[in-house]
Amino acid sequence: MRDVAVVGVGITKFGELWKDSFRDIFVEASLKAIENSGVDHIDSMYIGTMSSGLFVGQEHVGAVMADYLGVAPIPATRVESACASGGAAFRSAFFEVASGHSDIVLAGGVEKMTDGADVTEALATAADQEYEVYHGITFPGLYAMIARSYMHDYKTTREQLAAVAVKNHKNGSMNPNAQFRSPITLEQVMKSTMVANPLRLLDCSPVSDGGAAVILASLDVAKKLKRPFIKIKASSQSSDTIALHSRESLTSLKCVSVAAEKVFKQAKLKPKDISFAEVHDCFTIAEVVVTEDLGFFEKGKGGEAAEKGMTAIDGKIPINTSGGLKSKGHPVGATGIAQIIECYEQLTGQSGERQVKKAKYGLAQNMGGSGASCIIHILEAV
Amino acid sequence: MYGIVGYGSYLPRYRIKVEDIAKQWGADANALKRGLLLYEKTVPGLDEDTITISVEAARSALQRAKIDPQKIGAVYIGSESHPYAVKPSGTILIDALGIGPHVHVASYEFACKAGSEAMYVAYSLVKAGEMDYALGIGADTSQGAPGDALEYSASAGGAAFIMGKEKVVAEILFTHSYTSDTPDFWRREHEFYPRHAGRFTGEPAYFKHIYNSGKSLLEKSGMIPSDFQFAVFHMPNGKFPQEVGKKLGFTKEQMEVGWIVPWMGNTYSGSSPTGLAAILDVAKPGDKIFMVSFGSGAGSDGFIFQVTDEIEKVRNLAPKLRDMLDNDKIYLDYGQYAKFRKKIILNE
Repeated sequence: MRDVAVVGVGITKFGELWKDSFRDIFVEASLKAIENSGVDHIDSMYIGTMSSGLFVGQEHVGAVMADYLGVAPIPATRVESACASGGAAFRSAFFEVASGHSDIVLAGGVEKMTDGADVTEALATAADQEYEVYHGITFPGLYAMIARSYMHDYKTTREQLAAVAVKNHKNGSMNPNAQFRSPITLEQVMKSTMVANPLRLLDCSPVSDGGAAVILASLDVAKKLKRPFIKIKASSQSSDTIALHSRESLTSLKCVSVAAEKVFKQAKLKPKDISFAEVHDCFTIAEVVVTEDLGFFEKGKGGEAAEKGMTAIDGKIPINTSGGLKSKGHPVGATGIAQIIECYEQLTGQSGERQVKKAKYGLAQNMGGSGASCIIHILEAV
Repeated sequence: MYGIVGYGSYLPRYRIKVEDIAKQWGADANALKRGLLLYEKTVPGLDEDTITISVEAARSALQRAKIDPQKIGAVYIGSESHPYAVKPSGTILIDALGIGPHVHVASYEFACKAGSEAMYVAYSLVKAGEMDYALGIGADTSQGAPGDALEYSASAGGAAFIMGKEKVVAEILFTHSYTSDTPDFWRREHEFYPRHAGRFTGEPAYFKHIYNSGKSLLEKSGMIPSDFQFAVFHMPNGKFPQEVGKKLGFTKEQMEVGWIVPWMGNTYSGSSPTGLAAILDVAKPGDKIFMVSFGSGAGSDGFIFQVTDEIEKVRNLAPKLRDMLDNDKIYLDYGQYAKFRKKIILNE
């Protein structure tokens, strides 16, 4: 296995992109990434998208995107792991370059969620259809159960969950591509509409359209391009029971701790070595639990950490400097790639107002469903 | 001088509160009231429909215009809830009011802007010299599917305007329409309730069309928002018209009189026309009124009116919108509402 670099990135605005179709969004992000990297071709590509079939009625996404990007006949494969589809596409591209099979590979993610489909129903297909969805549960309900159990066990307060949303909106207000660029107050979160007790509207990531793409290349190619690049230090993936009720614990996400252990071992690093992390905050409770399972905080201390500003840009471990899924938006398939893009920008010093000082290692944690799949990457500045 | 010579409006007496609808569906009434600025809506009685509402409004318009109904050369009713799929609403109306039979009659449909469409064509025919008077009406008993967001707003009411050239109470100075193929809200044949594309009905539909129609109307007239005493826009909820008005440069004070939606709901084709009627009920000679409708699909008709001295002579000749809105209300619970709106299906 050889070293692999991320040599260029491209992202669309996240939000309700009324004028852009599924394919338009992907092509825009990909062309930006290709131009940003300076490569003159790509050998193959992987596209993460969760549910284009249900959202816009389009499957066979690899071929569609190769056609409209104008890169056919190169190999183009759609990769799916629910909300972790983007992370999975990136990992597939990483392996293809690391193995020496290809030198330059595009990894992209895209979702078009606002074209009229029943979004909650489409997203619920990432849960257990037979044992969860059949009984009427949806994702806000599943994460609400995690939150209730967690608040019971660790005496975490509602305000501590709200602090996560406040912090992510503040970060997102500095991200030009974020869906919501308005800072919010603790009071606004606490008073927002109840979705699934105890989770309120401002605890939940939004429905979004958006696309993101990155170009991966061998280190030799990266050096020749003479543009900023970062190195992929480690990559891990894990799975867990599809149904929440089958887990040993409701307050810990085993897929995260298993993947974290592997990725740190591979990178020969410890959580304290990480400069900042992009984590999968589909709901505020998810960020709290994930930051603990990644080893940044003791179990039960994640909420307090957010409340005390330890996860702010100038905190001990900045979390979701991009604004996270909460504020930046969550076009499901694009999310994993957008996390990598935030890492790229931070590690190459291109994050402007939200730049983390002396950033050396960035971690991106992408998760599917209620934690049935998890993909983690550690990226390194060069 | 061409414009309105007589106007009238009508609202049913029945109401249902947002709380009662929200309770039925387990929704958060306070959040809805805060988000949509809606508190209650009108409900048509069991024997009321678009035609009866049109007749009531047109009767008031005739009372104010004080003209011989026989002189009306055209009758247009704009609605998305014409009682018949095939059979014009206007034929029943002319028979009830003694208009015709030497009269041109048509039913118009353009989601929520069918009323302003009827007004525009009626005005144009009079201005073209084809006839002395023409009647344009916007009325609806609009439909929202049970449990849908529209159920909180879809209400009933209408307004009628007789256009003419003598004894004009509000002269029409300028008009401007803006239309594009924008599928934000629709109802196909054999479907009970309209469907809509969520927030797509906002920015690319409502806001884009009203803003562009309004902006062009201002440019065409050479006027600026501060030239107007009143402004009224289509009112699908309480929030949208205030937002679009602000964007065009109008103040809350200019919009206040016509902003009747919080207590009336969205009367669809009757929405901005009833708002206009509420303004005419209080406007003074010389006042200028800015109005832009919106219909999904999508389009907007904009009008600039200037009130004349005649207004003082006619406004007390028929019921006023605010009186109908504020008085003699009969509140229904959800069960009664479901019965009134024929949502309870019985065997033959």
